[in-house]
Parts: sequence; C-alpha cells; structure tokens
Amino acid sequence: MGAAALLLAGCAQDPAESPGKGASADGKGKTTLTVGVFGAFGLQEAGLYDEYMAQNPTIRIEQTSIERNENYYPQLLTHLGTGSGLADIQAVEVNNIAEITATQADKLVDLGKAPGVDKAAYLPWKWAQGTAKGGATVGLGTDIGPQGICYRKDLFEAAGLPSDREAVGALWAGDWNKYLETGKAYKAKAGEGKSFVDSSSGVMAAVTGSSAQRYYDESGKVVYKTNPAVRGAFDLAASFATEGLSAKLQQFTPGWDQGFSNGSFATVSCPAWMLGYIQDKAGPAGKDKWDVAQAPKPSNWGGSFLVVPKAGKHAEEAAKLAAWLTAPAQQAKLFEKRGSFPSASAAYKLATVSGAKHEYFGGAPIGEIFAKAAQGVPVTVVGPKDLVIAQNLADIGMLQVDQKGRTPQEGWDAAVKAIDNALDQ
Amino acid sequence: MTDETAVLSPSAVGPERPTAEGAGRSRPGQVWRSRRYRWDLRFSPYAFVAPFFLFFAAFGLFPLLYTGWAALHQVELTDPDSMTWVGLKNFTRLWDDEFFWNALRNTVTIGLLSTVPQLAIALGLAHLLNYKLRGSAFFRVAVLTPYATSVAAATLVFVLLFGRDYGMVNWALSAVGFEAVDWQNGTFASQLAVSTIVIWRWTGYNALIYLAAMQAVPGELYESAALDGASRWQQFLHVTVPSLRPTIFFTIVVSTIGATQLFGEPLLFNGGAGATGGSDHQFQTLGLYLYEQGWVNLHLGRASAIAWAMFLILLLIAGAARLLRGRKDSR
Repeated sequence: MGAAALLLAGCAQDPAESPGKGASADGKGKTTLTVGVFGAFGLQEAGLYDEYMAQNPTIRIEQTSIERNENYYPQLLTHLGTGSGLADIQAVEVNNIAEITATQADKLVDLGKAPGVDKAAYLPWKWAQGTAKGGATVGLGTDIGPQGICYRKDLFEAAGLPSDREAVGALWAGDWNKYLETGKAYKAKAGEGKSFVDSSSGVMAAVTGSSAQRYYDESGKVVYKTNPAVRGAFDLAASFATEGLSAKLQQFTPGWDQGFSNGSFATVSCPAWMLGYIQDKAGPAGKDKWDVAQAPKPSNWGGSFLVVPKAGKHAEEAAKLAAWLTAPAQQAKLFEKRGSFPSASAAYKLATVSGAKHEYFGGAPIGEIFAKAAQGVPVTVVGPKDLVIAQNLADIGMLQVDQKGRTPQEGWDAAVKAIDNALDQ
Repeated sequence: MTDETAVLSPSAVGPERPTAEGAGRSRPGQVWRSRRYRWDLRFSPYAFVAPFFLFFAAFGLFPLLYTGWAALHQVELTDPDSMTWVGLKNFTRLWDDEFFWNALRNTVTIGLLSTVPQLAIALGLAHLLNYKLRGSAFFRVAVLTPYATSVAAATLVFVLLFGRDYGMVNWALSAVGFEAVDWQNGTFASQLAVSTIVIWRWTGYNALIYLAAMQAVPGELYESAALDGASRWQQFLHVTVPSLRPTIFFTIVVSTIGATQLFGEPLLFNGGAGATGGSDHQFQTLGLYLYEQGWVNLHLGRASAIAWAMFLILLLIAGAARLLRGRKDSR
C-alpha cells in the first residue's frame, strides 16, 4: 500500500521539476500559467503565448486541450466544484456562459476590474454575456461568430444564378425566406442530386442566431415553446428539408466533411470560424470555387470566453494574461492567423481586420463582411440551458425531419419531449 | 483448508520436538515464535490480498455506495455539494420514462445482435486455430489485434465504412445491386452497425479463451471418437462443445456484462450529436442514456439512479443465469 501511494505520488510529479521548489516554479524561478481549452482554440496556434512569454520573461505558459466541448465542459464543472485540477485560465463556450455566470460566478475572478481590461473595447452584448447578475464580469470574450453564407460559385453559375458576392447577397438581403426562395430557384435548374444547403439544422442555427430572444426571456424563464422566433426558425429550416433542398447531412460528422470535398451542396451558413473549416475539408481542389456573401440578416453563431478560477495559485498573473489575450490587438492577430472574429469592436478599426481578405474564398473582404454582421447582431438573451435546448432542437427535432423524413410537427414534438426530459430535474 | 493443515503439520511438529527435551528453559521464546509463525500463516495471505480490496473499496465500493446515495437526491453537476433529498423519486420516475425503456430495449437488442454471433464465430475460430497450423502463433496474435485496438480508432473507421453517401459498405451493396442503406438512421440498420463493431472487437478475445479451454480437452476423447467413425464436425459437436460448457457459460456471463454496459461504440458511432444515440434515440443504450443525463443534462441524481438500475439489472441477470445453471447441473 505504501509503495503504491509512493507510485501514485510519483506520477503526479513532473520529473523535469526539481523537488522542493514548489509545483509551479521551474528551476529558473519562472511562474507557470496553465490555460485549459477545448478543440483547436487558436491562442497557441496564433503564437500569442510565445509573444507573451517573450514580453514577460518570468512567465511560462502551458496549454491543455480537450478535443470536444461536451467532454471539456462537464470536467470544468467538476473541477470548479472541488476547487482542484483547474487551469489558471479556462475557456468557456458561449452556450455555456450563462450557466457559468449564474452558478459559478463566486468561484471566478472578476475580470472587469483586472488591469488592462477596457470595457469600451468590447461589443456591449458580448460584455453583458460574460457578466454575472451581481455585476462581476467573470468572462472576457475572445471571438464571436458573425455569419455570412458561403456558396459555391461554380454551382451557382451552373444553375443560372449570379455568382458575384454582392449580387448573391442581394438575392436574399433582409429576409431568410428569400434564402429559401433562392434555394427553390436553384433546385429548379440544378437538377436532381444537387442540394442547396448542407443541412436543415445549419439553417436553423443561423436563423435563430439573428433573433434577440430565443430560448429564455429576460426574466430567465424558458420560453422556446411559445417563442415565434424559435418555432419560425424551426419551420423555415424544416421547409428546406421538405422542399428537397437539403443534402440531409449532420454537421460535424465525417459524412458532412466529405460533402465539402465532393461538392454535395451549394451553400452553408458560415460563421467566421467556419471559413477555416471549409478550407480544411474542401482542400486545395475547392480553391476559388467557394466564396462568401452577406447573410440575409445579421446573425451570430458561437464564440468563446476566458475565465480565471479563484482557486488557481496565480490568479493575479492569470487575470493579467487573460486581459492581454483578449485585448483588441491580440484578437486581431487571432483573426489574422485563425479566422476567429474579434469580440472587441475596437479591433475592427485595425487594418488587419478591416482590410482582411480571404485568399481561399476568392479574396473575399471578410473583415468588412463579418464586421458588418457583427455590429448588426442583436443583444441576445442567453440562458443556462441554451446548449441543451439548441442541441435537442437540432439533433433530435431537425434531424428527424431532415434525415428520417418525419413531418416538421413530428420533429418538433420529439424535440420538445427530449428537452422536457432534459430540463426537468 | 486441507492444504493449510498439510503445510502446518510438519513445520509445527518440527520445533516441538527439541522443546520436549530441554523443557523449562527456552519454552516461552519458542512458544512465541511458533505462535508468530501460526499468525504469519493465518494472516499473511490476507495482507497479500489486501491491496486489491483496499483499492476496490476506494475506487469501486465507495463510488458504488456514493452513487446509491446520490440517486436518492436531486443533485446537479453545476453544484455537486448541494443535495436535496427526494427519496426514491429518481427511481420511480424511470418507470414512466420512455427514454429509459427505449434505452433498455436497445441495450437488449444490440446485446443479442452482438453477443450471439460473436460467441458463435469465436467458437468456430477457436476450432480452426486448434488445428495444427503453420505459424499458429501469428494467427493467435492476429486474432487478438482488434481487441487491442482502441474503441475510438475502430469506431471512427466503422463510421466511415457505414457512411450513407460515400461509405464502403453501401458502395459494395450497390455494386451487387442492393439499395444503399442509411446506417445511422434506420433503427435496425444502426443497431446492426453498432453490433458489427462490437463483434469485430471482441470475437478474437473470446476465441482465445475457447482455444485455451479446447487445448485442455484430453486427446483420447478425440481418438476414440475418431475410432468410432465420428467426422470432424461430429467431434466438434459431441466432444468439443460439451467439454467447453463451463467456458462457454463464463464467456456468456462476461459478454452479457459487457453488452449491458455498452457505451463507447454507440457514442462514437453518432459522431455529431454525442449521447443522443441518433435522432430518434434509435441506438441509445443504457450507458449512453446515463451519460446524457449526467454529463450533458448535468443531472447527477438521475444519472446515479440509472447507474443503479443497470447494476440491479445485472444482478437479476446473474441470478437468473445461476438458477438456470443450477437446474442444468442437477439434471
């Protein structure tokens, strides 16, 4: 037993560290800050850690990453609950931020007061999302997901539609129904086997992203069942399936990835972060075939925050780093390198953002397109269970309509049943 | 018990003899020594097995009991420390929970779809491996490789194979004139696909267990069967299978436990949506439903109740199997 305990203790110790100097300082007396993220978050890939370490020789930054947020987030909650196993800085996805501010705010540092944080630099709605009821801003926004519509120029031309991004945007400007009409026109000429959108759930996410009130009202009550914006988005998206305009794929599955490279569909709802994804999946063969146009209405899908747990050993240093990582200049770099769109509106004036063009998408002026969308996004009411509701609407309700050929009403009922089961404690 | 006395008697007698001669002088020390020796014999084995049980208590028994305790409360993952007592509510609600019954049904059908062919193929494979083969070691290792592959890697490959639009299985089906199957969305199709992954992973493992048991079957039985004119197939049916009965029973029990806890394959088969097990919950197993309640919906109390329900179901199955076996043995 004693030997086993020793072994376990041995595992926990970093062999590179000399014993007796404390777990967080290496031989040269540096302070190690850890950052916990999900997926390819981009901070490291954009070289921001290296830059910070070069400016602050006493700081060493280490990142731990968990591939999927579904696995990352529950772990973050258990770690916050026990106050151990936490990184000094933790990332939080936008769909989870309301739950974090509502239930975990007392365990997190108020970053609104951290040195170097300028409230005026952020989009007001993003700032509000990271702020708890008591007034503490526990989450600093990193990126947001303003949307355009990505489309295949060659397929549009083949179907007799305009292919210039201005003209394409004008086809559906101001109204999601016009997007549906364009789809019908596309289908009439494109012929069998050609789909207009990748999936109905993608359309639904885009349409719900353009309304201020979605699943919760301002008082925190669940209202998705009666909110016409949600039901409207569901029905509109469902008609893409019933009209035969959808390729009936499920997003973020291997089949969907293959759809990009095989050109199975002509358009896809495109938050800024999706551009890199398309480039990866469609590969070099898709270059100059894809372009991006303005979405019918300004809409947001996704985005993240950084929080600093109080239980961390270096909360003060971590807050400083979080402030620096989310400052406009760094957000602009993240956009330049990774395509994550800044949540700090001050960054939009920087030339790296305003003048950004995307090589792969025919040199589209993405800085301009997404900044316009970002500034038009309404202040969205977010609720603690947004993720659960959105996920069941998409993966149960809309998928049944899209892939199983159920009626929109049947799909809606199935989703409501699953959500009721999930929300009922 | 007989072993212990056999070990005890000669050594206990040994030191006894000189004390009888030199009585009075060295007696207390020797009594102490022999007593210590007896204690050593009696208690050391417990000390040797203790680490397992201590670890089991810490990482097996405690979580089990704690889960049982949590199942009687309303407790959320967002705040695991605050628990509200709700009695048996988490259990009684399972009775009306159509998702629970659906998951139980799926677990049973996927369990049957995977266990039955798996064990049958394993038996056949073991029989083939039992022949004198050139490079038999190679085949025995090869048959175990799927088991050594990680679930995640294997399932990802199977997801591609079973793809609706560009999957190899559908490509092969259409090549021989069948229609493409939507493997993820059909109820039976998806369960069959998930079962295939399970079969692929576990068949070799069971085959090796059968092979080990087969090699313990006395060769004379086969010789006399051959002399009586039994064919290979008759030998297999009338000599091999009856001799393997305890082993087959063991693999059935282990596979049933595995099937009841099936989790990784259906989770990863539904790459996009995680724990829902398909848009219609068509391949959501009990393990997945437990995960969905606990780690997606964050209801730890309800998840604990499902975990305990699964545990009770396993106990029921084990009890039924015991009864069945008991009856068979007495016959």
